[in-house]
Amino acid sequence: MTKVLMRGNEAIGAAAIEAGCKYFFGYPITPQSELPEYMARELPKIGGIFLQAESEIAAINMVYGASGAGARVMTSSSSPGISLKQEGISYIAGAELPCLIVNIMRGGPGLGSIQPSQTDYFQATRGGGNGDYRVVVLAPSNIQELVDLVIEGFDIADQYRNPVMILGDGMIGQMMEPVEFKKPKPRDLPKKDWATTGTKGKRKPNIINSLYLEAEELEEHNKKLQAKYQAIKENEVKVESYNIENADVVIAAYGTTARIAKTAISQLEKEGYKVGLIRPITLWPYPYDEFEKINDKCKGILTVEMNTGQMVDDVKIAVKGKYPVHFYGRTGGMVPTPGEIVEKVKEIYGGEI
Amino acid sequence: MLNDKRLRFIVGHYASGKTEFSINYAIKLVEMGKKVALVDLDVVNLYFRSREKKEFLEKLGIKVIASSVNASAVDIPAISAEVFTPMQDTSYEAVIDVGGDPDGARALGRYKDYIVEGDYDMFYVLNANRPETQTAEKAVEYLRKIEDTARARVTGLINNTHMLKSTTVEDVLKGQEVALEVSKMTNIPIKYISVIEKIAKDLPDNLEGEVFPITLYMREDWMI
Repeated sequence: MTKVLMRGNEAIGAAAIEAGCKYFFGYPITPQSELPEYMARELPKIGGIFLQAESEIAAINMVYGASGAGARVMTSSSSPGISLKQEGISYIAGAELPCLIVNIMRGGPGLGSIQPSQTDYFQATRGGGNGDYRVVVLAPSNIQELVDLVIEGFDIADQYRNPVMILGDGMIGQMMEPVEFKKPKPRDLPKKDWATTGTKGKRKPNIINSLYLEAEELEEHNKKLQAKYQAIKENEVKVESYNIENADVVIAAYGTTARIAKTAISQLEKEGYKVGLIRPITLWPYPYDEFEKINDKCKGILTVEMNTGQMVDDVKIAVKGKYPVHFYGRTGGMVPTPGEIVEKVKEIYGGEI
Repeated sequence: MLNDKRLRFIVGHYASGKTEFSINYAIKLVEMGKKVALVDLDVVNLYFRSREKKEFLEKLGIKVIASSVNASAVDIPAISAEVFTPMQDTSYEAVIDVGGDPDGARALGRYKDYIVEGDYDMFYVLNANRPETQTAEKAVEYLRKIEDTARARVTGLINNTHMLKSTTVEDVLKGQEVALEVSKMTNIPIKYISVIEKIAKDLPDNLEGEVFPITLYMREDWMI
């Protein structure tokens, strides 16, 4: 297929339809509203259903229902809307239902602003709902990767019967770039024999539920969930790294910020600085092991984010105190420039190349 | 450019490249010594609007008119009353950057009294690399819908078929074929072929429409 130019939000919709998603439940919010608009226009054409719910809470519970019935289904929102969905996400994780949730992040806290941010890192990776559950969090850095991860995200969700979240900042939703739609590497997906599709009198009813009346049973259920999360940690980590074997400073960044960091790195290289990059593509499971490959002479790690340093905790866990961990971030919808990152790296160098 | 009418409305499909064209067009006019106003009528987009370049453009001497609410992150369709200035003051050469799709063109209805046949140009920006305007039929459908909502006729086509910084001559020529087909179907001439500077010189010189080299002002260094 030839490349076309698409805006991030539209590309998510096109990718989801390509992946066989036929149901979308959501509620509009800037800066992701082009996605429900796209689905409202395109899903009826393929016999699917777009439904604008009365609220984000209703939308996520519609996802619960559709997924319980075995459908490929998704919802999307932006930061404050994703906050509203947390209860439903916990229920979905508890009931072991696959679905795709898209968060195109905007400035916070509260209503914040409509401009790009990465301030929902904690919420996405630690869970904003109750209980010991995990959501697979994918953080694309360009629109092609966004498309690829949306398509693969549905498969990951089905394989593990778990919600998968696409975590993009407002730039990812709004930016236009060339994309093409490729088939993901095939996965051996389990049959959805747990779905509530009607017994036709031939089997016992399937029950979709997250409530357990016996403590022992709930503990068993939690053990099962933990075993699943362990398998995801072993199989699904995605990371891109650059020059960490030789770098004096390694930048850790994801999403749009990683793009800006790459531009800063090429500027620094022209001046003789040796700077590497670790770009987590999965924020959960986090690519802790990648940091083990950083060379011993590295002077420090610079985490760059559009927040006040939420990923710093994971970077510190990863480097185990071996290197100092620095931070540079902008908030409120401000996007860091390559020049600002260049200055910060030079500061860590302390005036010596 | 100087033969274009004083009021130039730039319309087109969502994300077809209206804003980049508008900014470049306004800058060329001011370089010719004209008194220029750039009106950002975009109430559809929230990112990448010409108002983000207000300071830069005003330094060049262009009057930038946008929302009546002075904040970059405004999510409400508030249009400044000042938009009437270049409509009424005929000493201005005006470039009016209209929001994408028929939805964006709706904002033009308010200025119906000033959109008088023969006194304005309305340029339809066409990017054949956008999925919804890849064929002439689809592009004409959009064009007609925009005309209906705007209550005004398109007077010229702009072939702005691109792939951002990696645009090739083939992209432009592919778009030119679609634009020619649209031109045939609608009887509207191709006025400009808007193309990034580095490939402008490689285009064949027998193309319909004036080659209009542009600089991408809305794309940051780190964007492709």
